[in-house]
Amino acid sequence: MTTTLTGRAADRAAPSRGTARRPGPRRRVAPYLFVLPALLLFAVFKLYPIARSFVISLHRTVGGTERFVGADNYTRLMGDPLFWTALKNTAVILAVQVPVMLALATGLAVALNSGLLRGRAVFRLGFFLPMVTGLVAYGIIFSVLLNKDYGLVNWATGLVGLDPVPWLTDPLWAKVSLGLALTWHYTGYNAVILLARLQSVPAELYDAAAVDGAGAWTSFRHVTLPGLRPALLLTTVLSTIGTLQIFDEPYVLTGGGPDNATLTIGVYLYQNAFKYFDFGYASAIAYALAVLIGILGVIQFRFLGEKT
Amino acid sequence: MTAARHRGRSILLTSGLAALLAAVLVPFYWLVVAATHESREIFDSPPPLLPGGHLAANLHTLQDTAQFGRVILNSLLIAVIYTLCAGVVCALAGYGFAKYRFRGREALFGLLMLGLVIPAQVTLVPLFQMMAEWHWLNTYQAVIMPNLALPFGIFLMRQSMAALPDELLDSGRMDGCGELRLFWKVVLPPMRPALAALAIFLFLYQWNDFVWPLIVLRDGASFTVPVALASLQGLDETDYGAILAGTAAAAIPMALVFLALQRHFVSGLLAGAVKE
Repeated sequence: MTTTLTGRAADRAAPSRGTARRPGPRRRVAPYLFVLPALLLFAVFKLYPIARSFVISLHRTVGGTERFVGADNYTRLMGDPLFWTALKNTAVILAVQVPVMLALATGLAVALNSGLLRGRAVFRLGFFLPMVTGLVAYGIIFSVLLNKDYGLVNWATGLVGLDPVPWLTDPLWAKVSLGLALTWHYTGYNAVILLARLQSVPAELYDAAAVDGAGAWTSFRHVTLPGLRPALLLTTVLSTIGTLQIFDEPYVLTGGGPDNATLTIGVYLYQNAFKYFDFGYASAIAYALAVLIGILGVIQFRFLGEKT
Repeated sequence: MTAARHRGRSILLTSGLAALLAAVLVPFYWLVVAATHESREIFDSPPPLLPGGHLAANLHTLQDTAQFGRVILNSLLIAVIYTLCAGVVCALAGYGFAKYRFRGREALFGLLMLGLVIPAQVTLVPLFQMMAEWHWLNTYQAVIMPNLALPFGIFLMRQSMAALPDELLDSGRMDGCGELRLFWKVVLPPMRPALAALAIFLFLYQWNDFVWPLIVLRDGASFTVPVALASLQGLDETDYGAILAGTAAAAIPMALVFLALQRHFVSGLLAGAVKE
């Protein structure tokens, strides 16, 4: 209590010097104490491991002992066909699934924002619900639903006379299945983020566009899309980061197969670390991934961030 | 637009979206149905479309093969402890960054936000080694500790705390409130909706987390729900009736909690996500 009084006394004395808001000693230390636990935990469980990971990536375990091998793991990475397959698969998901999902989410957000829609709250909630389901849970559900011979999906398409689709056992269809599962899981979440932004676009802008004789498409292009830009940037960056790290879905849905068709960088890293216990190589993969995410993040901010 | 045309469009949009939502919710419905059937019935043709009477038996199998009661308890304890501890860490840091000006504020906050961009996989191997060196494998703290300073949670809290009027804090100080008491008595009460959103987010995050628990929990008795379910799926003879009953047992309560509290969750999450 005494220190508080001193602090107040200092506050009271301050106005004469025209700095009414100069903090007392207690208030100068306080912020550091508030952020200290987070910073300590971050340093121990994030910064230190990041540095240690780099050291590990310069080593190789031979017969239970660590040996310094310099950049060997990185050289090996460049010539590893499986790494390039994993990179390609991840890039395909990024180039196909993310744009499709974000377009869907934008359409959904516009629909949810429409004054024509009844029962908006129910819809907003319903479309958000898949996000709440854990990755393992929905991976398991989809793997059974998409079973070629017994799955509900092929049974239903069979009713209208379609041939059964080898969803999870054909290299191309496995990728499609992965995309479907991801879209199911994340579209509603992105739509809700976009919707929140949409609600802050002033209605006068739409009125003005209507007065100028703009149709639905024109006002979408010239009012809705520019208004959505910051939220689109956010959802694009989050989806890109998420996609590059993707692990759970392919691990549970296809195990990376068939024939490595759904092997992602995340799965390949996991295999090397915790199946082959090749920690040095796994760390090199992790660093390659981090660099990739950094580059893509910067590009996206440049590209989408300008003009905001 | 005439009133009739307006109504026609409204019905069209609403029913179109309803059809889409129904398609999105099919997996949930099917999960409930499948959880109540025997494994071989699930793969019958035509597949079962209505709930059966095998739920109790499935849960029984689950208990026998995976100690599922223990697994649920693990998940519950870990998620509750994590939510409380991470909630405190994130709220404290968010408040510190939002309501004080101090040397290094921007740099320190930027450092923490680096955690959003650096892929978790970079730290996977060294963290695993640290846990092994500290003899923390198979323990709750191994699952809980590394993610306590969750960058997204800190970000969320800073955004929400920034909206708190400075006058409120000043008047608290006038009344002789110390800084920590100010946080506890003046700051936290009006933050309740944001804290609720944070708590739901943290709980769901931990309840569903898979990769990290998969790595540090090596023994069946310490498994969390997702790890146990995934390990069952890997077995040669997979009992899908049991697995799906477990999946439903884990997913349905979460969905209900979310439905009950979603008003806070969505609005709280959005306040943090979209404000610039």
